[in-house]
Amino acid sequence: MTLHAISLTVNGTERQARVMPRLLLADLLREDFGLTGTHLGCEHGACGACTVLIDGEPARSCLLFAVQADGCRVETVEGLAGSGPDSALHPLQEAFRARHALQCGFCTPGMLMTLAAYLRENPSPAEADIRVALSGNLCRCTGYQNIVLAALDAAAALRGAGASR
Amino acid sequence: MKFVGDRHLRKEDPRLLTGRGRYVGDIALPGMLHAALLRSPHAHARIRVVDGARAREHPGVVDVVSFADLGGAGRPLPIVPPHPELRGRNFCALAGDRTRFVGEAVAVVVADSRYAAEDARELIDVDYEPLPSAQTLAAGAAAVHQELPDNLAGRVTLSSGDVEAALAASPRVARLQLRIGRGGGQPMETRGLVADWNAALGQLTVWASSQVPHQIRQFIGELLDLTPHQVRVIAPDVGGGFGAKLIVYPEDVLIPFLARRLARPVRWLEDRLEHMLAATQEREQEHEVTIGFDDGGRLLAFRDRFVHDTGAYTPRGLVVPLLTASMLTGPYRIPAVESSFESRYTHRVPVTPYRGAGQPQAVFVIERVLDLVARETGRDPAAVRLANLVCPEDMPWDVGLSNYRGSGNVVLDSGDLPSVLRRALESAGYEALRAEAAAARARGRLVGVGVACYVELTGVGPFESARVRVDAAGRIAVFTGATTQGQGIETTFAQVAADELGVTPADVSVIAGDTAGIEHGVGSFASRAAVVGGTAVALAAGDVRTKALMLAAQALGVAETEIQQTGLTFADGRRPEKRVSFAELARQAGAATAALGVDPGLESTRFFQPTDIAYSSGAHVALVEVDPLSARVRILGYWISHDSGRLINPMVVEGQIQGGVALGIGSALLEEIVYDEAGQPLAGSYMDYLLPTADDVPAMVIEHLETLSPLNPLGIKGVGESGALPVPAVLASAIDDALGPDGGRVTRMPLGPARLLDLLPPPG
Amino acid sequence: MRGRSSVRPAPFEYFAPRTVDEALDLLARHGSEAKPLAGGQSLVPMMNMRLARPAVVVDLNRVAALSVMRADAGGLRLGALVRQQALERDARVAAGAPLLAEAAPLIGHLQTRTRGTVGGSLVHADPAAELPACMIALDAGFHLRSARVSRTCRAEEFFQGLLATALGPDELLVEVEVPAAAPRTGHGFAEVARRHGDFALVGAGAVLSLDEAGRCRQVRLVIFGAGDVAHLVRAAAALVGEPPAPGRLAEVGRAAAAEIDACDDLHATAAYRRHVAAGLAAQALIRARARAEAAP
Repeated sequence: MTLHAISLTVNGTERQARVMPRLLLADLLREDFGLTGTHLGCEHGACGACTVLIDGEPARSCLLFAVQADGCRVETVEGLAGSGPDSALHPLQEAFRARHALQCGFCTPGMLMTLAAYLRENPSPAEADIRVALSGNLCRCTGYQNIVLAALDAAAALRGAGASR
Repeated sequence: MKFVGDRHLRKEDPRLLTGRGRYVGDIALPGMLHAALLRSPHAHARIRVVDGARAREHPGVVDVVSFADLGGAGRPLPIVPPHPELRGRNFCALAGDRTRFVGEAVAVVVADSRYAAEDARELIDVDYEPLPSAQTLAAGAAAVHQELPDNLAGRVTLSSGDVEAALAASPRVARLQLRIGRGGGQPMETRGLVADWNAALGQLTVWASSQVPHQIRQFIGELLDLTPHQVRVIAPDVGGGFGAKLIVYPEDVLIPFLARRLARPVRWLEDRLEHMLAATQEREQEHEVTIGFDDGGRLLAFRDRFVHDTGAYTPRGLVVPLLTASMLTGPYRIPAVESSFESRYTHRVPVTPYRGAGQPQAVFVIERVLDLVARETGRDPAAVRLANLVCPEDMPWDVGLSNYRGSGNVVLDSGDLPSVLRRALESAGYEALRAEAAAARARGRLVGVGVACYVELTGVGPFESARVRVDAAGRIAVFTGATTQGQGIETTFAQVAADELGVTPADVSVIAGDTAGIEHGVGSFASRAAVVGGTAVALAAGDVRTKALMLAAQALGVAETEIQQTGLTFADGRRPEKRVSFAELARQAGAATAALGVDPGLESTRFFQPTDIAYSSGAHVALVEVDPLSARVRILGYWISHDSGRLINPMVVEGQIQGGVALGIGSALLEEIVYDEAGQPLAGSYMDYLLPTADDVPAMVIEHLETLSPLNPLGIKGVGESGALPVPAVLASAIDDALGPDGGRVTRMPLGPARLLDLLPPPG
Repeated sequence: MRGRSSVRPAPFEYFAPRTVDEALDLLARHGSEAKPLAGGQSLVPMMNMRLARPAVVVDLNRVAALSVMRADAGGLRLGALVRQQALERDARVAAGAPLLAEAAPLIGHLQTRTRGTVGGSLVHADPAAELPACMIALDAGFHLRSARVSRTCRAEEFFQGLLATALGPDELLVEVEVPAAAPRTGHGFAEVARRHGDFALVGAGAVLSLDEAGRCRQVRLVIFGAGDVAHLVRAAAALVGEPPAPGRLAEVGRAAAAEIDACDDLHATAAYRRHVAAGLAAQALIRARARAEAAP
């Protein structure tokens, strides 16, 4: 079986790999690159836990082959905070903590990445909009209420900061 | 108390928010192999031959194992707890001569990658002889276990008073048939294990995504013939449990067996489709209820006969139907009660508790009964409930039925049930809500209000453990047999310990679910962690502080009453420059001589063995609208009042309630495991098994009351399952109201739009 | 599923052509062993579950020519690889095919639409999917190409059965053409699903044009989610030449329900689908008429 050489940026860092075509992007990130923050909850595209950003857009990494990410800019939860040991958490991460928007933490990376992209495009969402935007991210622990509140808080913080994070 | 009661932000969060959690799937050991399980495609079949020859040839494959290779490890797993009426049967690490449900594990392949293991799995040849299967709870179905031709796993009757006489004497009598369907806990992280056999040490280390690592250690010890010292089981970060990770499964024995056999680490990660086939499920019951009541809406007699589907095996014995049977009267005073059940085997996934554990069924039954009584007597549903609730002056209230453990009767220890209900009604603005709904109905909308009350069994024994230790560097560690799957005990137990020790939660590290940290433990399920584990932590931490004070007094040469503690330091209150730290005291204790008069170490191990079950209570009010065309249900408002005694961390408690309600919404409106006549599960993936999304769960208003439990020093009651208990009942109540007098009545959960459409009143 | 669970695909060879011709060449060479990969939102789950096991995957995502969208007086041309997300966001779709803009947000979830494509959904032809129904309602033309042949197929001929289309094994759907709407044309769309983003239990899409006198000049009504294929409702033809009064529209809705081939499944009964179809059809027609009246 032919291996394909790929080159991609992951959280700002250039990475290379030689991959078999059927290697899922999620497995490349988790097993080959040791970025285990992206989680696999269903492996058939229904739960959203594996959501990462591909060229800025949220996508399910269980439904992408690693080979398709050649030349792409991939962002995972590990890159959400600034880099460096004392780096500040992203406003979403701060808000999630303050609002108790996570319990077991398994769906959380997917939630964060989906919201990070969503809030870039929709800086002033209403609660109902957020609920619809998150309808592809399943959570079994929280009942979503605190996640929605955290998203609203983060949206406000991002608007206040005027930042494009 | 400084920290107990505080909305303390969680210590777990920084790592979980930045992708640095360590779940079982994140653990990779050098030389690690990957296992894939081959599962039966038949609901019932004889297994004639399992031939792994082709699979073994596949590149990357190290081994293929079937029952014949297991030896002693192939014995049935123990059943916990026992019961005199139980005719129990449990699974083995792999199916032997027969498979009894679609999804039962038949063989396992171990390879150098997940991909290779899945490829090779397709090459395992199994010769099955398919047999008829039992897919009904009625008599005459095929026998699941040959020696039990009637498929009866157990039959129990609980009663109090003379229900026949009471029914005969009742002014009014009514009957109800109710059905509840199957579902599952469905944590976002499926199950999984990493097992590592260290031959030099003769020790097995197992990381398991489990709620019960101590129990896994015990079962591994028995089945793999290893002493407790040789087995360490660790529950790392666990991505949700909800009961799906409550029992010891075949894989929990099989994967460690493979690690030892192959002398290499082995990892198995359950995939979601597999989880739908193999993780235990619950809820399915059929109830026939007869009640007697008076014109005032007071319940006089209650009889319920139900059949419980226990699936193919009984790893948890009769626990679920016993919970249902014993909790059927809920928070109400009913003078004569009889609840009886038959638990029947079927060729389906085994049934063990998931969030709620038999109680949602009981709440559904009794709450449907009360709504019926309200209708029949023309009274308001909330008023009927108030008329029947156990009052504070009745407490402790002996329900008259034996509890599920058989350790005594169900005794409601404390609580103010009428206040709990009234608080929910006030919070919802109940009178105005009823008026608003009626006005909407007058304009042709199907809007309704529902109410439901419950008591919840929490804090069950046998015990939980805690070891609190200050080490020579002054670090404070709390080890406990309680485990965490998201309920935040790293934080809440640190709050408890901090208060007892006079330090802050940041000073305390909680290490849960590691059998090397503490020798005896039980685990987290049945809303017990905070009650039983939290109490053990308080006791052990209290011991440590007592000892520290004594040591400090000796060290500083003053009386204990003169000691002033500031965080990690103990000083002479009159001459504060004379002080000693926790670290120094620990060092002293580490070298304790006879003269010091204490055992070595600044630590304490304590167990809390609750003398009885603590009952939480609550009431939910819901406002719903049913779309007249699609029969889809929209929850417009949801109000909760809740009493679980003292709250260690109200933020965590609210999160538990919100999550429980969401799961309850799933089991009421969306989630159902359905089997066809051949025993094939039809909802095999998340395309068909529908979990609630952010769009399906409303915002909720939660009010707390705190009536302290007399059963433990902190007065805590459990809350983990509370949210889930009354949801199907309150939604049924609201939907009935929305459909009005010309609509049908809800007698069945879950209730999808197609079934609900049949209940809609005729138009116009 | 019959006891099988698999979440990693079987092995395959992978090609990522840069041009349509290259892609077609690969399909011609590998025939039924090859599967084109577009958004992957339907194909990859099936591959993960090993329900689809192509020996060769031809990734179309690098064929820039397939992602082109063009709008002109003749209508809107959507390359097969135009993302579903573009249907919600692009002003040309809002102007030239507002039915698509309205239906698109209901296709799966955010993550589905960033990758999922117009062509991919159409070729997968799930009977409960929104886009096939919309394209039939819009009377879209599908441009199909193989290495040897170029042809056009009308949407309603393209969908032939359950997950079955007129597409040959060596053919690609390269472009979809939505004809420009006549003056005084409006659209309506309504669907019912168990949860937001799920496949529809049943849905309706309508495109209706009025003449200067306010009578219905043309109408296309499609019901989807019932039966194997989205259904173009014959009874709608009875509206032509009349002013579309609410009572008539409701009648057509009921007739539509009688025409469809509904069945029972895990999520709904045939009776449910018929009942809801009637109501949704009426709703779609009413909205289409209202928009047609307001349209220039």
